[in-house]
Amino acid sequence: MKRLLTFLLLFVMSATVVFGCSRTGGNQQVLSIYNYATYIAPEAIAQFEKENNVKIQYDTFENSDALYAKIQQGNPGYDVIFPADYMVRIMAADNILEPLDIAKIPNKTNLDPRWMNQTFDPENKYSLPYQWGTMGIGYNIKATKGDINSWGAMFDPKYTGKIAWQDDARYTFAAVLMYLGFDPNTTNPAEINKARDLLIKNKNIIAAFVPDTGQTLLDQGEVNLTMEWSGDISQVMKENPNLRYAIPKEGTIVFSDNMAIPKGAPHKELAEKFINFILKPEVGATISNFTHYGSPNKAAIDKGLIDPKDLKNPQIYPPTEIFAKMKFLQDVGKATALYDRAATEVKAGAGK
Amino acid sequence: MTKIKLDLFVRAIGKQWLWVQAALAFAFLYLPILILIIYSFNASKFNAVWRGFTLDWYGSLFSNAGATIATSSSAGILPALNNSLLIAAISTALATIFGTMLALALERFHFPGRKAVEALLFLPVIMPEITIGISLLVFFTLAFRIVENLTGIRLNLGLPTVIIGHVVFNISFVTITVRARLAELDPQLEQAAFDLGANEWRTFLRITLPLILPAIFSAALLAFTLSLDDFVVTFFTTGVGSMTLPLLVYGMIKFAVTPAINAISTLMLLASLLLVVSSLKVQKS
Repeated sequence: MKRLLTFLLLFVMSATVVFGCSRTGGNQQVLSIYNYATYIAPEAIAQFEKENNVKIQYDTFENSDALYAKIQQGNPGYDVIFPADYMVRIMAADNILEPLDIAKIPNKTNLDPRWMNQTFDPENKYSLPYQWGTMGIGYNIKATKGDINSWGAMFDPKYTGKIAWQDDARYTFAAVLMYLGFDPNTTNPAEINKARDLLIKNKNIIAAFVPDTGQTLLDQGEVNLTMEWSGDISQVMKENPNLRYAIPKEGTIVFSDNMAIPKGAPHKELAEKFINFILKPEVGATISNFTHYGSPNKAAIDKGLIDPKDLKNPQIYPPTEIFAKMKFLQDVGKATALYDRAATEVKAGAGK
Repeated sequence: MTKIKLDLFVRAIGKQWLWVQAALAFAFLYLPILILIIYSFNASKFNAVWRGFTLDWYGSLFSNAGATIATSSSAGILPALNNSLLIAAISTALATIFGTMLALALERFHFPGRKAVEALLFLPVIMPEITIGISLLVFFTLAFRIVENLTGIRLNLGLPTVIIGHVVFNISFVTITVRARLAELDPQLEQAAFDLGANEWRTFLRITLPLILPAIFSAALLAFTLSLDDFVVTFFTTGVGSMTLPLLVYGMIKFAVTPAINAISTLMLLASLLLVVSSLKVQKS
C-alpha cells in the first residue's frame, strides 16, 4: 500500500512538472488565436506583437464545427476565436463565450451598422464581425459565353454534367428556395419539397454535390458552374482569367465570421486589446486586402483604405439592391430533419 | 504437336504478362507519389492545375522557418513538422517500451486478470479513433480540473497530452506485433539459459531480447508511422501551440492546400528513403 502511494505521488508530481513546463514560455505574454489558415494578414500579427511586446500563437481549424468540438469540453487556452455566424448563436447558448467588455473596444464604432445586431447575437454581447462574404455562382466565361445573373443558370441544360452544388443541404436548398421565391430559412414542408423536386427534375444536369471544393473543379474544367463562396472563387480567379463570380439576382446567402473570446481565456484583457486593434481602419483594411473578403469596417471603406479594385468589385461589395436580398442562414430547429431528408432524396434521385 | 506449340506460346505470353502486371502494380502505387513530387514545383497556389515550374514552395518552407503563424500559405509548416516528429519520437519510444513489457508479461506469466488485459489490449485497435479521442479529451479535462482544485496549478492540453494519446493506441499495436514473435520463440531456449546458470535478467538480455529485437524494431516503425499521420486522436488532445502537420494540412482545406505541402512531403519522402537505404547498408556491412 505504501509503495502504491509513493508511486501515485511520484506520478502526479511528474505529470505536474511535465504539464506545468509546457505552459511557460518565458516572461513574454502569449496571445493564443484560433482561426482559419491564411485568414489574417501576417503584417497585422507582426504589428500587434511589436506594439504590445507580446507573442501571438496562431493555431488553425478547418471549420466552425471543429472549433466548437475543441472549445466545448473546456477551452484549452485560446484567447480569441473566430466562429461563423450560426456558431456564435450555438456557443452563446452553450454559455462558452465570454461577454465582451465594450468599454475596452472603442473601435467598435468603426463597424458598419448593417453587420451589427444580427439575429445570431442580437446585441453583439459576445461577438464582433471580422470578415464577410457571399455564396454565389462561380463560372467559366468560356462556357457561358457571357455573364450570368440567376440561379436559373444552374438548371440550364446547356451545361449538362458541368454543374456542381454544395454538399450541404441547407446551403444548396437555400439557393433553390430563393430561386423559387421562397424564404431560404423556410420551415414549410411544401416549399422544401418544391425545391427538392426541382433538383430531382434536373438531376441529369448536375455533375456533383461537392464539399467546398467547387473552385478546384471549376479551375480544372471539370465543371462550368459551381455554387461557391465568393472568396474561394476570387482567389482562383487571380490565376485563371476565364473564371467569374456572380451573385444571383434572386438573392443569396451571406456569412460573417466573428471575433469572440471563449470562456476561460487566459488573457482576456489582451484579447480585447487585440479585437480593438483589428477594428482599427488601417488594420481591418490590411486584412481584407489580404483575404479579399468583405470588410465590415465602415471607417476603413470611407477612408479609402480598401483596395479600390476590391471595393469596385460587385462580387465582393455588392450594390445596395442585391445587398437587401442577402440573408443569413438561420437555425430552423426541427425543420433541419426535413432538409436532411429532402437532400437524401435528391442524392438518391440524382445519383449518377 | 500444335498443342505443344500453343502451350509454349501461352507460356511465353504469360511470362511477359507477369512483367506487365508487376509494372502496373508498381505504377498504381508510385504514380500518385510521383505526381505529388511534380506538383511541388507547380507555380499555382492551388494544387489543381499545372501553371509552370517554380522552386518557390521549397524556398518558402525555409524562409519562414521561425514563424509560428499559419497565415501566409507556408509559414507554420516547419514548426508543425517539428511537433509531429517530436510527438512521434517520444510516443514511439514510450509505447515500444511499455508494449514490449506487456507482451512479455502476457506471453510468459500467468496472473489474475490476464484474460481481461488481453481483451482490453485489442480494444484500441478495433475501437473507432474518434471514441478514443473524445474519451481522452473528457478524461484530461476532468483530471486537470481535479488537479487544479487540489493543488491550484492550472494544467492545459498540449504536446504532453498528445503524446499520451498516441502512446495509448500505439501500445496495442506494439504488444500485438511483439507477442506474435514471442509466441514463435522456442521456450526451451530460455530454459536452457536458466539451466546453464543465467538468472532471469541475464536470460532476457542475452537470449530473449536479441531474438525478439526485429519484432520490436518493426513495431516501433509501425508506431512511428501511425503517430506521424494520426489526425483524430491528435485533434482532441492537442492544445495551444501544438499543431501537427496533419492538423495543419486539414486546416488549409477551407482555402487552399498549397504545393508547400507537396514540397514538405517530398522532403519527408527523401528523408525516409535515405533512412531505408542507410539501414540496408548497415545490415550488409
